[in-house]
Amino acid sequence: MSFESEKHAEDYWKENLRLMFTLLAIWFAVSFGCGILLVDELNAIRLGGFKLGFWFAQQGSIYVFLALIVVYVIKMNKLDRKYNVHEDHEEPQELGESLEEEYTH
Amino acid sequence: MDIQTLTFIIVGLTFALYIGIAIWARAGSTRDFYVASGGVNPLANGMATAADWMSAASFISMAGLISFMGYDGAVYLMGWTGGYVLLALCLAPYLRKFGKFTVPAFIGDRYYSNTARTVAVICAVFVCFTYVAGQMRGVGVVFSRFLEVDITAGVIIGMGIVFFYAVLGGMKGITYTQVAQYCVLICAYLVPAIFISIMMTGHVIPQIGFGAELNDGSGTYLLDKLDGLSTELGFAEYTSGTKSTIDVFFITAALMVGTAGLPHVIVRFFTVPKVRDARKSAGWALLFIALLYTTAPAIATFARVNMIDTINGPDAQGTAYEEAPGWISNWENTGLISWEDKNGDGKMFYSGDERNEMDIDRDIMVLANPEIADLPAWVIALVAAGGVAAALSTSAGLLLVISTSISHDLLKRNLMPHISDKQELRYARIASAVAIGIAGYLGINPPGFVAQVVAFAFGLAASSFFPAIILGIFSKRMNKEGAIAGMVSGITFTAAYIIYFKFVNPAANTPENWWFGISPEGIGTLGMLLNFAVAVAVARFTSEAPRDVQAMVADIRFPKGAGEASAH
Repeated sequence: MSFESEKHAEDYWKENLRLMFTLLAIWFAVSFGCGILLVDELNAIRLGGFKLGFWFAQQGSIYVFLALIVVYVIKMNKLDRKYNVHEDHEEPQELGESLEEEYTH
Repeated sequence: MDIQTLTFIIVGLTFALYIGIAIWARAGSTRDFYVASGGVNPLANGMATAADWMSAASFISMAGLISFMGYDGAVYLMGWTGGYVLLALCLAPYLRKFGKFTVPAFIGDRYYSNTARTVAVICAVFVCFTYVAGQMRGVGVVFSRFLEVDITAGVIIGMGIVFFYAVLGGMKGITYTQVAQYCVLICAYLVPAIFISIMMTGHVIPQIGFGAELNDGSGTYLLDKLDGLSTELGFAEYTSGTKSTIDVFFITAALMVGTAGLPHVIVRFFTVPKVRDARKSAGWALLFIALLYTTAPAIATFARVNMIDTINGPDAQGTAYEEAPGWISNWENTGLISWEDKNGDGKMFYSGDERNEMDIDRDIMVLANPEIADLPAWVIALVAAGGVAAALSTSAGLLLVISTSISHDLLKRNLMPHISDKQELRYARIASAVAIGIAGYLGINPPGFVAQVVAFAFGLAASSFFPAIILGIFSKRMNKEGAIAGMVSGITFTAAYIIYFKFVNPAANTPENWWFGISPEGIGTLGMLLNFAVAVAVARFTSEAPRDVQAMVADIRFPKGAGEASAH
């Protein structure tokens, strides 16, 4: 077991899933929401020469997708370090140690 | 220097570059051949993934499709980029931690079953062949237009180049040639787009230009002008589209999920050293893809306005055929554009109603774009090199998956477990050589249904691989009975629906006959939902996955301890 304890493993996975579902909710909202389901309503609003719904469908959703992956990479790297399951062989971070105290069995 | 000579020089230089890289990056072991020794930098892997993913269809056809579809074209834009979010968040890091060479290897090991492995091999090979036939055809079309050799010769030249670096270098050779090919294709795509954006709107960035005002002093927004032109000529309003909302929804979902389930894309994430790199690499890949995908709708808009203005003339009454610009006769020779003077006035006219006299193939929009906008000859030559790069990079990636599936998953893991690494490498090379031969044959003699089966490939990947992989990672107790039942029912349902509407009864392929108004292009989404439902239901009534498999699933859920990708 690479985690300090079963509890750590469960918490890590829960935090991972929470992050994943939050980001997927945004993913769904911009593409299927703004770009498809609400496109007619949003088209009433204009962004320069673009109708907003059209812009989300052909431009905006792609930019948001990119931002979602960037946020995921940064947050997951932090999460890995917090639970000390990252790949570099370094000394455990202070955050990891404080967690250890928090979860003294 | 004329266009012809310039094209020969530029395409020739890129070929020399690809071959040079192939010689430098020869593969010495199966690890080199299958996953480039797992030592690819995430940025380089991102570029290679982008080139791998963006095929002749993305490069040549997509902007044209959008140009003719207007808003509806967004299904491709969102569908083929949104899948990378799923890949980065739900698949790539876990599959990298799992650390095997191929997708069938994951399915086979996770579901402790050689039947599952074999089903996966068959799906992978089928999906890849469908794709690769289209790529070879793309190479042929580009060669025949720009180098004026016939399509057969074009396909053979393309096969020769791919043979050289795929058979010699395997994944290692392919990865580094794809990096070069990405650079060529993205320049070829952006340069004309930037030129045209400056000419039409005064903006350097096409993504901004197509939402800006025209610089003819009228103060009209480009998209408003196009909406006006479209409705006047009897087309649907450009920014509204014609497909039903539910169909747009399902097609987008099928393309997204299909993207995340395509084996030649997934395998790229096995080539990076760490789990962390797999996540990062998906981000780089999407950035490089987004450069092209956000430019495509701009090109679509520019090209459509340009084309309508050129053909219908400034007074919107038609342009006399004698005064038509050179590109029209150039492309008439390839059969991609034709004019029939129905009202006998000697003028060309393009519209969406009975006044129409033009038959225009959508592929022309990117390839003829530089000529329509009257750009310098070297830009036209660059576009030719870009089209070839896009087609070659994707073919090579697909051929590798075919040869790996056969030499590794079928021979080494199923039929001949005792062959040595050297022998396996030889079989991998033979398999890729044979695959190139078959792909070339399909490129020269394309079966009539190539265009239709592309929808098939995505639907199949969406309804088979994706749920099996997701459940394999996110559900510890999912067992082989559930996974196999799910895959089989998902594939059968999707294939039956597509085959019925595309081949058995094409006349019935209209929205009134579709289930819930979902076209065959979007049915993979329903197939995927069915797969999930069946798998979960069957798994409830059968015994859960063995303990060692559950322990393995627990192990792929965090990065620490990710070794190098390995055979066993």
